[in-house]
Amino acid sequence: MHDSIVSAVDVGVPPSISVDRARLDYGGRPLFKDLSLHLAGGHWTCLLGPSGVGKSSLLRMIAGLVRGGATTSIAADDGRPLAGRIAYMAQQDLLLPWLSVLDNVCLGPRLRRSRRHGSVTQGRVLLEAVGLSTQASARPNTLSGGMRQRAALARTLFEQRPVVLMDEPFSAVDAITRLRLQSLATDMLRDRTVLLVTHDPWEALRVADTVLVMTGNPARVSATHTPPGCRPRRHDDPGVVALHARLLADLDV
Amino acid sequence: MLVAILRSSITLVGLLTIWAGIVHLSGTPPYILPGPDRVLITAIDQVDLLARHAMVTATEILLGLGLGTLIGSLAALALIAAPEMRRWLLPVLVASQAVPVFALAPLLVLWLGYGMASKVAMATLIIFFPVTASFYDGLRRTDPGWLDLARAMNAHPLAVLWHIRLPAALPALASGLRVATAVAPIGAVVGEWVGSSAGLGHLMLHANARLQTDVMFAALLVLAAMTIGLYTAVDAALRAALPWQPDHFPSPQSEATKE
Repeated sequence: MHDSIVSAVDVGVPPSISVDRARLDYGGRPLFKDLSLHLAGGHWTCLLGPSGVGKSSLLRMIAGLVRGGATTSIAADDGRPLAGRIAYMAQQDLLLPWLSVLDNVCLGPRLRRSRRHGSVTQGRVLLEAVGLSTQASARPNTLSGGMRQRAALARTLFEQRPVVLMDEPFSAVDAITRLRLQSLATDMLRDRTVLLVTHDPWEALRVADTVLVMTGNPARVSATHTPPGCRPRRHDDPGVVALHARLLADLDV
Repeated sequence: MLVAILRSSITLVGLLTIWAGIVHLSGTPPYILPGPDRVLITAIDQVDLLARHAMVTATEILLGLGLGTLIGSLAALALIAAPEMRRWLLPVLVASQAVPVFALAPLLVLWLGYGMASKVAMATLIIFFPVTASFYDGLRRTDPGWLDLARAMNAHPLAVLWHIRLPAALPALASGLRVATAVAPIGAVVGEWVGSSAGLGHLMLHANARLQTDVMFAALLVLAAMTIGLYTAVDAALRAALPWQPDHFPSPQSEATKE
């Protein structure tokens, strides 16, 4: 079922993204400076780090929500601007409580004032894909936390952007729901360029093609790991277990 | 609900009994303090008179409420939409609240006459500020996460205002409207006291001068009933209009489990 949807949603070739000499000041001091990293096109990159290290700020900078310092350069490798090609998913589901679940999924065109033909049909297809077809006309406040985050995922998919930036999208739900959401997201965003910010080493190892560890003050990317095998990985995968220990060492735990 | 009505009825009957008892035992003449029985009889006797004046006051209140809400909402939108407006208008708006509106009543009557216009203006003036203040507050306090999401979606600024900031501010506007509904009758009646030819305020002033204290009380009764009725209707309408808004007192049980 998912295959047909993903192939029906043509997002073009997902670009690689290079961040160079990024700098962000917070309270007069640099949160990070001369920070460089590369997000491979069509891959999942996880940015792992302790709370407050500046990983969310970095994600928001790539999303264009905060301006970086003068030296900062953020560019896609295909030379086209990133604006308009990025979808953003936050820790909170950010569903509008006065709209139905379906209207929340189809929010984008409404906010861009560009009514798109067939958008309701597309919204229903995506709700079905995330298992919420019977909740289409329900209000968000009648949904559980996991269902709400699935609706947010459907809204993200609806945007049909080749780049998806996710800021701890699964951290507000319970452990079992989180595992299900990770599987669903890796499946549905398989071929996009994804940056996922997380503080959970298990989550990074489960879904990432590449794990970047961000530590220090000012922060820098202190380690890069490539977990073996294909996503979503199992927790008892020996490669995952071994790498988990190394990640904890990288994080000074 | 039924129990609540029963409870307040019992309280009311108790208070009325005390009132009747005081009048009866102290032998106060009815032109100083009529008993509740006498007020009720007068209210029934003079129902045509009371209804005629109540219609005038009700019209003033409703017009003032509508006009005040409209102007107040537009002012809040203007303050949000244009930073220039904020810089020039906001300090004046806040300072204007230092002027007691009741002191303006004689001026309004002088400028707008003894008719309905001066009372509508008075009610509008009183309502305007709570509506503007609460709606403006609501419009300012949009969840920053929603605004981030909208920016990532390349949203049009007007669409953000219409589809996100405005609906998000409606609960705050509703609070302002509830306050406005409660104070609107005060504006209308004060306006009538200062100078008028009709309305419950006019009737009360007239009755007072002729020591028809029972008529005064009857007019007061009608005014109170009108205010409560209006408030209940507005409150119910606002609740129905904002079904997504969580709207209940925490029950003692859920409070306990939170601990």
